Amino acid sequence: MSFPWARQYEPKNGLTKFLDEKLPLPRLVYNAVGAGYPVPRNLSYFWNFGVLAGFFLVVQIVTGVVLAMHYAANAQVAFATTEHIMRDVNWGWLMRYAHANGASFFFIVVYLHIFRGLFYSSYKAPREMIWLLGVVIFLLMMATAFMGYVLPWGQMSFWGAKVITGLFGAIPLVGEPIQVWLLGGFAPDNAALNRFFSLHFLLPFVIAGVVILHIWALHIPGSSNPTGVEIKSESDTVPFHPYYTAKDGFGLGIALLLYFALVFFMPNALGHPDNYIEANPLSTPAHIVPEWYFWPFYAILRAFTVDFLIVPAKLMGVIAMFASILLWFFLPWLDKSPVRSGHYRPLFRKFFWFGLIPAMAVLFVCGGAPAEEPFVILSQIATAYYFLHFLVILPIVSSVEKPEPLPYSITEAVLGSDKKVVKGENTSPAV
Amino acid sequence: MADTTATATPETVTTTEDGIRRRDFLDIAAVSAAGIGGLAVVYPLVSQMAPSKDVLAASSTEVDISAIEPGQAIKAVFRKQPLFVKRLTPAEIQAANATATGSLRDPQSLADRTKEGHEDILVTMGVCTHLGCVPLGAAEGEVKGEFGGYFCPCHGSHYDTAGRIRKGPAPTNLEVPEYEFTSDTVIQVG
Repeated sequence: MSFPWARQYEPKNGLTKFLDEKLPLPRLVYNAVGAGYPVPRNLSYFWNFGVLAGFFLVVQIVTGVVLAMHYAANAQVAFATTEHIMRDVNWGWLMRYAHANGASFFFIVVYLHIFRGLFYSSYKAPREMIWLLGVVIFLLMMATAFMGYVLPWGQMSFWGAKVITGLFGAIPLVGEPIQVWLLGGFAPDNAALNRFFSLHFLLPFVIAGVVILHIWALHIPGSSNPTGVEIKSESDTVPFHPYYTAKDGFGLGIALLLYFALVFFMPNALGHPDNYIEANPLSTPAHIVPEWYFWPFYAILRAFTVDFLIVPAKLMGVIAMFASILLWFFLPWLDKSPVRSGHYRPLFRKFFWFGLIPAMAVLFVCGGAPAEEPFVILSQIATAYYFLHFLVILPIVSSVEKPEPLPYSITEAVLGSDKKVVKGENTSPAV
Repeated sequence: MADTTATATPETVTTTEDGIRRRDFLDIAAVSAAGIGGLAVVYPLVSQMAPSKDVLAASSTEVDISAIEPGQAIKAVFRKQPLFVKRLTPAEIQAANATATGSLRDPQSLADRTKEGHEDILVTMGVCTHLGCVPLGAAEGEVKGEFGGYFCPCHGSHYDTAGRIRKGPAPTNLEVPEYEFTSDTVIQVG
């Protein structure tokens, strides 16, 4: 949103004046990430992860386009061309490791971004649409990551594709035909590999499109902030540039250090050795797990082990897995508290830190563990809590809890008493 | 110097007499690091499009020339492109040597284009120097052009018996790749 005190863009030379009349791109940048976009002055480093997610999307698209120049999506040669990239293509190893670990980092920053949204209730009015678009982006990311993992055509690629498309086989009556239709065959083969490659190339650009909508929706109310108190006056804000370009730049530097530490020194730490064995439809690896970023949802899928009335366990697991993410679409209306920030919500905070976060941690560990005790019972308990938290606890807690007193304004939260600020403003020659 | 308050802005930070702020150092250091980092990213992104190691490894080829009769040519493949190896007849050698090199578009004698002691073996790329078509004249029965060597059907370049451009749009003679005789009957190209 353009707050009334937002600085106005003024083209300075002939070229920018020309552009401003014909295609005001510099004005768009100025008003979106420049000095013309006022942002709350109290944003913490938790507000860095949106920019970082956008950065890793760009990393994935750039390295991915490069990999597609050297890769062939044909079951006969896919594994060989992957090795060709690793051994023969100039810097091919760097491109592939940057892409594989870039996916992990994309998910890391997006999970921290979602965590921020959950703790500070960034999904509440007037920002529901930002949250809904974010969930859409997350679903698209999961589909893209899954199909990308199939492309090297190793053992994990193949069996991952088989298991995940097998989920659709759980749908009553039409499940089997849908699975065969998705794969273009009875097991993953050339047809599946080719369509996965096509979609894996397409979807990142769809994500980029939804990201633009996500940012557009964000810029209407502007960013929330750690207090959850809306912007009241100019003293609550600073211009995005240079304040948050610098802060985001620093955060980006830290993220890049960690990212390249992984790419250069332990590039296979998050992968599976089995994926360096070519796909073999006749031999399943002893322990198949998805990539780490799917573990919590994989644990929910496997938590259902007994049939429930007429619903078979397999179908229950599939429904629960999809529901665990789809219920995020209803979050803005499940959380009824008028207060956003978890810092001022004592009861919500307890259930968040001692309920939801441990449950997610348990699901994460169980998703990566073999399907045996105690992991099965643990994931069942954690799954039960997960749904209970969002569907029962959150609506009740948000209705009954008494929030702690909020600061009057962002400025007061930062500088303490209101009087001091008024004084400071009066003595400042700029105001 | 005014003491900085909690609401300090970049305009109020300490400035020395010559107008240089301490923050200038940070600005320059940060932008320089980002610039060098950017270059370090661009280099592999550009380099990855250059020929890969397996392509470079296939860049040398051996040709057995023992079975080529005078007046006959064979086509081989060098770097995925046609290679013409021709054993010239005495008449063709004489025709090539009879031409004054000074009058040519790309002045080269037959001796410049062959190896000493093997003046009858003409090794050229089968790639017209105009726009890269494969000239005719290597296989039996093909048009050899007005000068009895090679003729490119795409845009009508005529090459003589030494593979030199004589007429048409091509700018230079057919390229003679680097090669050597590993024995009397085998050449290694590349």
